[in-house]
Amino acid sequence: MSAQAPSLPRARAASQGGKRLAISWQVPRILVYLIGFIPAVWWFELGLTDRLGADPMKALEHALGLWALRFLVASLAITPLRQLVGINLIRYRRALGLLAFYYAVLHLTTYLVLDQGLDLAAIVADILKRLYITIGMTAFVILVPLAVTSNNLAIRRIGAPAWNRLHRWVYLAVILAVLHFLLSVKVPIEPLLYAALVAVLLGYRFLRSMLRKRGGRAPSRASLSARKG
Amino acid sequence: MLIRYRNRKDLRPSEITPRSAYMNRRDLMAKAAGFGAGAALASGAALPLSGIPVEEAQAATLAFHKSEFSTTEPVTAREYVTSYNNYYEFGIDKGDPGQNAHTLTTSPWNVKVEGLVAKPADYALEDFVKPFALEQRIYRHRCVEGWSMVIPWVGFPLSKVLERAEPSGNAKFVAFETLMRPSEMPGQRGLFQPLEWPYVEGLRLDEAMHPLTLLAVGIYDETLPNQNGAPLRLVVPWKYGFKGIKSIVRIKLVENAPPTTWNLQNSNEYGFYSNVNPEVDHPRWSQKTERRIGEGGLLTKRRETLPFNGYADEVASLYTGMDLRKFF
Repeated sequence: MSAQAPSLPRARAASQGGKRLAISWQVPRILVYLIGFIPAVWWFELGLTDRLGADPMKALEHALGLWALRFLVASLAITPLRQLVGINLIRYRRALGLLAFYYAVLHLTTYLVLDQGLDLAAIVADILKRLYITIGMTAFVILVPLAVTSNNLAIRRIGAPAWNRLHRWVYLAVILAVLHFLLSVKVPIEPLLYAALVAVLLGYRFLRSMLRKRGGRAPSRASLSARKG
Repeated sequence: MLIRYRNRKDLRPSEITPRSAYMNRRDLMAKAAGFGAGAALASGAALPLSGIPVEEAQAATLAFHKSEFSTTEPVTAREYVTSYNNYYEFGIDKGDPGQNAHTLTTSPWNVKVEGLVAKPADYALEDFVKPFALEQRIYRHRCVEGWSMVIPWVGFPLSKVLERAEPSGNAKFVAFETLMRPSEMPGQRGLFQPLEWPYVEGLRLDEAMHPLTLLAVGIYDETLPNQNGAPLRLVVPWKYGFKGIKSIVRIKLVENAPPTTWNLQNSNEYGFYSNVNPEVDHPRWSQKTERRIGEGGLLTKRRETLPFNGYADEVASLYTGMDLRKFF
């Protein structure tokens, strides 16, 4: 189980021990944040300069939500990338997850302030009555504790096993995020592409854990290649 | 019939069209007056406010009377009307029609009027339109997605066309059909096709005969751009926008309610009537409010959606005794 969300010391050990197998690119993590915020800056700039077309609020709201989903999907791709392809980007996973959360905050803020004009009655009615908004809101609420505990101090306080259990809620959050997207549009072509991507990423994890249950410990990449050799 | 000219609240087009719109249009404007009068063609790309160039092959100015049915609300900028709309034959994004529809050839164009009528005919578009005086109708336009515009249509009442065809006694509904031409309509070919083609729509005969129901051949004072449904489209201002079928090739009078495209796609969400109704929400979103396009940029405030899109005085009587929750 620790293979998916290892505690910090073990993550380091794994990445050091796996250096022979795994390619690992080292760039400062701050760069991931800086690059990650480019879309937000870009979209706000377009909005402020009236270049978002006929329905600028909708365009902004949609773009921010889409980027939240993209970062969420990216953070979920880290583990399969490492286990299947041997590309180790684990040191950036927290940044990707937090970026997803920050975009979700911007998306929600756009909805509350620009879309609904802080009309509390309308917002509450929306959240209670509109299934896709209920679902989106639930996804956001799930992300909050995950974001709050995405730091070393929290991992130490909670303990690695409990922290890992907590952060598995991200699977539910991403499923809800895709559902939210699916239900919000008239013809869900783009949402279906994301649904497929999420299905692959989560399906992989499910299969792997099934195999593991059946065969005791699942074969690691190292042992697989050892067996081949 | 003579179209009454009312002076009291009518505005000249130059007063209601934003300066940016008509200055832009001057570049495109052809000198020809009147529909299909061998228009001198101008070609060029209009640059809407979004910065996305919209391809427009040709436009001819139209001569028209003004109508007492026009609203005095500020007209939406032409750039928005021509660059932001749904026309799935050219793609599912609201920017797609403005980008892709220039591939459609609208001349020659034929319109069939058939079914339960005394005088069925297959008209060349010019002959179809010729007998009718064009009028400008500035209507509110409410999309089922929750946005709205104010559009100055140019056209004539559908009732004229139906009267000319002489419906028989058992004709109860009117069925409409859009062109099916995958070679020129990219949305009709390829892997993902969200709707069944051709696009079809329908009205009850009394709805079709209502004086507000318009067949449009133009917007502002020019022929329709392709993306807005050239060369002939339906406008039913008290219904959601998708009822306004575009690029019509067939009008058929029938006895039973005809199939309609969005109803076929999802009958729980899109009914045959699809009257604008703030009390009957779309199953997935509210219809109580709408955003008026171009009204305030990022800070556009939602406005209340009106029953029958503000045309209740004129049309509510068509539906007396009907449960509008059931017949949504």
